[in-house]
Amino acid sequence: MQKITRDVLVNKAVSLLEAGEVKAVLGWGKGEFSYDVTPTVFESADELRENFVWNDFCGANFSKYLVSKTRKIQGKILVFLKPCDTYSFNQLLTEHRFDREKVYAVGVPCEGMADIAKVKALAGDGISAIDFTDAGLVVTTLYDDEPKTITYADALAERCVNCKSKKHVAYDELLGESGEVLESARFDEVEKIEAMTADERFAFWQGELSRCIRCNACRDVCPACTCEKCVFDNPNSGAENKAPATSFEEQMFHIIRAFHVAGRCTDCGECSRVCPQNIPLHLLNRKFIRDIDNFYGEYQAGAEVGSRAPLVDYNLDDLEASDVFDRRDTE
Amino acid sequence: MRKFSLSVLSEVFAEIAKNATLYIPATDNAGGAKFTKWAEGVEYLETLNTVKSPKDFFFPHTEDLMEFKVTGKNIELFDIREESEDFVVFGVRACDVKSFDILDRVFLVDPVDTYYASRREHGVIISLACTRPAETCFCGTFDIDPATPAGDISAWKTEDSIYLEANTAKGEALLAKLDVLTEECDTEAVETQQEKIRKIMDKLPLKDLTTDSFGGGKTLDLFNSEKWAELSESCLGCGTCTFVCPTCQCYDIKDFNTGNGVIRYRCWDSCMFSEFTKMAHGNSRLSQLERFRQRFMHKLVYYPENNEGIFSCVGCGRCLSKCPISMNIVKVMKALGGEK
Repeated sequence: MQKITRDVLVNKAVSLLEAGEVKAVLGWGKGEFSYDVTPTVFESADELRENFVWNDFCGANFSKYLVSKTRKIQGKILVFLKPCDTYSFNQLLTEHRFDREKVYAVGVPCEGMADIAKVKALAGDGISAIDFTDAGLVVTTLYDDEPKTITYADALAERCVNCKSKKHVAYDELLGESGEVLESARFDEVEKIEAMTADERFAFWQGELSRCIRCNACRDVCPACTCEKCVFDNPNSGAENKAPATSFEEQMFHIIRAFHVAGRCTDCGECSRVCPQNIPLHLLNRKFIRDIDNFYGEYQAGAEVGSRAPLVDYNLDDLEASDVFDRRDTE
Repeated sequence: MRKFSLSVLSEVFAEIAKNATLYIPATDNAGGAKFTKWAEGVEYLETLNTVKSPKDFFFPHTEDLMEFKVTGKNIELFDIREESEDFVVFGVRACDVKSFDILDRVFLVDPVDTYYASRREHGVIISLACTRPAETCFCGTFDIDPATPAGDISAWKTEDSIYLEANTAKGEALLAKLDVLTEECDTEAVETQQEKIRKIMDKLPLKDLTTDSFGGGKTLDLFNSEKWAELSESCLGCGTCTFVCPTCQCYDIKDFNTGNGVIRYRCWDSCMFSEFTKMAHGNSRLSQLERFRQRFMHKLVYYPENNEGIFSCVGCGRCLSKCPISMNIVKVMKALGGEK
């Protein structure tokens, strides 16, 4: 359960909106059910009071929306940022993707977000209500007389199980308290895949990527994917394709995308959250993050604004390509 | 009506698979279900909806249409389509069965799409009544009865048996082949189940969603609504909704250069994509608002206008559970006045 309450967030937003300090608020909007939250631009206090949501299903990271919304909205925008969102925020600033002056960033603490798929797997389908209690998510369904209680730990999304940081690395104002960078086990899955033989690894990824329907949701939600025109959407690029010509090509899409965001991906996990086919895309990104850490020393994209990512920086003592090649056998 | 015990389910599957390729819902190894070619060892998965709809069977995600070979100044044209084989799909839900009618009205009208038509001719659909509709289900809005699913054969699954009723000549022919494994029975168990299902339908949270504000002739009422801006505000422009949708039928035709010729293929397209229907002059819809509006106007106004009032949504709820920002047709309909 989130420690900070909805009221604190709404009151903050309403006061800044009514004082004219901000023109709009980027927050989570109410859905049909207890869990289907929609990123929403609020422009009035009434809308905020009525539709603003803050609960364990507010996983959406708003940083990328700032690229388009700061251009569209006249005046400042208030944006709520969870700790992991602040890394994307900084990374976008490093890449000069939006005007910092047009944003009022409010940091909110996060206890980790729930994954509705996990909740449904435990409580069953036909969810008619979810209550957020100290004991856990109390889920009422159409088919059970008694509600079921699911602990927050059991409902926790994978990216939050492996939370890398509770620390806000960017904000104008903080609600509640910020935490620390955490020791996470986020590279454990990567290590398992690295330990596979080449054939096993190929089979693993072929199995996962074969489910891809090329909806592009991973790319469209990714805060590191903010090209004005993606090469895959440009009919003149020679690479534009709405469907793979071969199954091999399908795999290339994701690998190319992972390369493109390497060194810039903050590991926010939005790609895997939105994938309709549950492809663990974050594992590709984490592999690159781990390699960069190993080859160039630990680097966290978005930890600060303006840092030189190892892949776009040059030092005399940088690893030679041949060293990377040699490590192939020893690892 | 005929029935068989669940204990002989795999024998029934094997019998069907003797004469045709059989597809059943099975695990996709990622928490979801997909229609999978049955073979010994493939387990039937009791699931409400597969992640992708069964429209792939008739309108595949990608398909080669023809090939051109170029020699000097000659162009030769080859029909490279793969011959459709006879196939049976088991476990199609009422909403998805209805989606085939909606696709038929696009692909089987003059000029008939022969690629689609061939698959339709070769396919036999065994539907399955829904005993546990989800909160995201709203097929009732489109007058679909999940207790009486259509299809060549309708099926009902109880705790111990599966009941079958043929609705078409194709269905009767298939049922006749299952004579030995099935027995004649009365309809009592099925009627009991249907009653239960209808009671659940009355409890569904979206039961009051109506189409009253939509349909042919409503273009001018809805097209300029101010609501579109708000509804489309955070749309990512991805194709998730269109690609999991059983009724979305737009496609692109593209050429693949093979080195000494061209393979012309088609693939699903999405009106949510920025390059959708790009022509020589450019794009017809430049903003995401326009693209978003197009998708819902098509389903709720343009399609019914051209198809005797039939809407091109079946209420399966896939877009509700899969949209990355949880924006969907239900929210659109409610915002534009579609609740009792």
